[in-house]
Amino acid sequence: MTKALSPWRDPVALLAAPAVLYLLALYALPLVWLLAKSFSGPAGLTLAPYAEFFADPFNWRVVANTLSIALWVTLVCLLIGYPASFALARAGAALQIAMLVAIILPLSVGVVVKAFAWQIVLRRDGVVSQLLVGLGIWDEPQRLLFTETGLVLGAANIFLPFMILPIYSVVKLIDPRLDEAGATLGATPIYRFLRVTLPLSLPGVVSGVAFVFSMSVSMYVIPSLLIGDRFQTLSTLTGRSFLFMRNEQLGSTTAVILLALAVSIVVGSGRLARRLGGSA
Amino acid sequence: MSVAERLARLSMWAAALFTVVFLMTPLLITVAVSLGSSSVFTLPPTDWSLRWYQRLAITRGLLPSLLTSLQVAAFSTAVALALGTLCAIALVRGRFPGRDAIATFLVSPLMLPGLVIGIAMLQGFKTIGLREAFASLLLAHVVITLPYVVRTVFAALSLFDFSLVDAARTLGCSYPTALMRVLVPALGPAFLTSGMFAFLASMDNYPISIFFTDAWTKTLPIQMLQYVEENPDPTIAAISTGLVLLAILALIVGDRLVGLRRMADF
Repeated sequence: MTKALSPWRDPVALLAAPAVLYLLALYALPLVWLLAKSFSGPAGLTLAPYAEFFADPFNWRVVANTLSIALWVTLVCLLIGYPASFALARAGAALQIAMLVAIILPLSVGVVVKAFAWQIVLRRDGVVSQLLVGLGIWDEPQRLLFTETGLVLGAANIFLPFMILPIYSVVKLIDPRLDEAGATLGATPIYRFLRVTLPLSLPGVVSGVAFVFSMSVSMYVIPSLLIGDRFQTLSTLTGRSFLFMRNEQLGSTTAVILLALAVSIVVGSGRLARRLGGSA
Repeated sequence: MSVAERLARLSMWAAALFTVVFLMTPLLITVAVSLGSSSVFTLPPTDWSLRWYQRLAITRGLLPSLLTSLQVAAFSTAVALALGTLCAIALVRGRFPGRDAIATFLVSPLMLPGLVIGIAMLQGFKTIGLREAFASLLLAHVVITLPYVVRTVFAALSLFDFSLVDAARTLGCSYPTALMRVLVPALGPAFLTSGMFAFLASMDNYPISIFFTDAWTKTLPIQMLQYVEENPDPTIAAISTGLVLLAILALIVGDRLVGLRRMADF
């Protein structure tokens, strides 16, 4: 191993400088400034905007909306994505290609396109309604657009690849012989799953959950199109206060709360994944 | 096979099938609606027609916004490729402290809420007196595209065996020639795929762009969302189908260059 040189003695480090300086100036500095400004009042350091924000019961409703929708979306993605990533890892060539295309292709299509498509899918005469009536689950067609269920369905659809891919990247590395070894030693399938497969796949689950949850917390276009102004989340409230209400004080406060949520999810999941990875 | 195993297998394949259908639904619906003649999204379409595609040309604001998006995406991707590749080389080849932290920092714009980044930048640009929409968009979109380049080129460089460059030099190539003939071809696929995904990410961006548009300068997603909210008709499905075709093209190119499985690496 070469010893780490100080950046001043290793000229290669200079190649990183343009990108790092660019992001520092145009991204990190503005974020720090946003943060600093939200804590500074006329008389120095203050928490007044936050106290004011949390004194309003409407805003508690907004926070609750944000977290509950994100939890539901994450749960739906996990329930579909967990078994699906095992299938992706173990599928034959044809199914694997079909799955990879179905997962990667939507990732390159814009969120406005997909959310618009879900507006059509969730209509009273849309595909979901027709399907549920056809299956006899619903007696008559219903509109899912502009409901919480519709929002969860659309968002779960758009974020599902971000659940499957991290779990898949871990599952494909699990040695199938471990399961066979467990079976040879007389362990029941359920016991093998709980003691072998599940612990080994957990790091992928943690990062998938972190991706989907943080993206659901901060989604903006999807709720705008699928549920509308009736249902406010931290993200839509942030956008509205800047773009329509011209209330920058409120917008900055909610933006910082969103930022704090996102950073704690990233940091927390990173720690958790490292701990799981270390013990496995 | 026990009952539990059968159930597990069944749920696995059911989830796989459901995933394929579920994920393809919005794209298929978009294409179907764009080709129908009805203006109320009747599915399946009773009559096929290309009238929504003809309307694209006469829909006010759509073409200029497409042009703006293409320009912004092309410029920001080019800048990101230059800055990002240099940075990836430094991160892989350098021996200085804090490389992990720098790598995380450069990819972090992907993990933070776009809306918050947009607001912070908006206030930053206001402070330094930058009010020009197009210039702001260009500057902001480099922050969106850079992470894609750094992530992919970094991964490709980590797999590259730099002793090949030394070998080329031993065989008589000058250092620049050795780089051009060994390193550049080896990095080509990563360069192209990361550029492609950076380009698409810029084309699709809504939450950051929304803060840097004015009455004259709008990007495509902004214009599309505005159109959907004002008069939802299949014209949007027609332009969406164009974007889906672009994504299919990107997928085919990516598959040829690095393979589907490596594109799924996370």
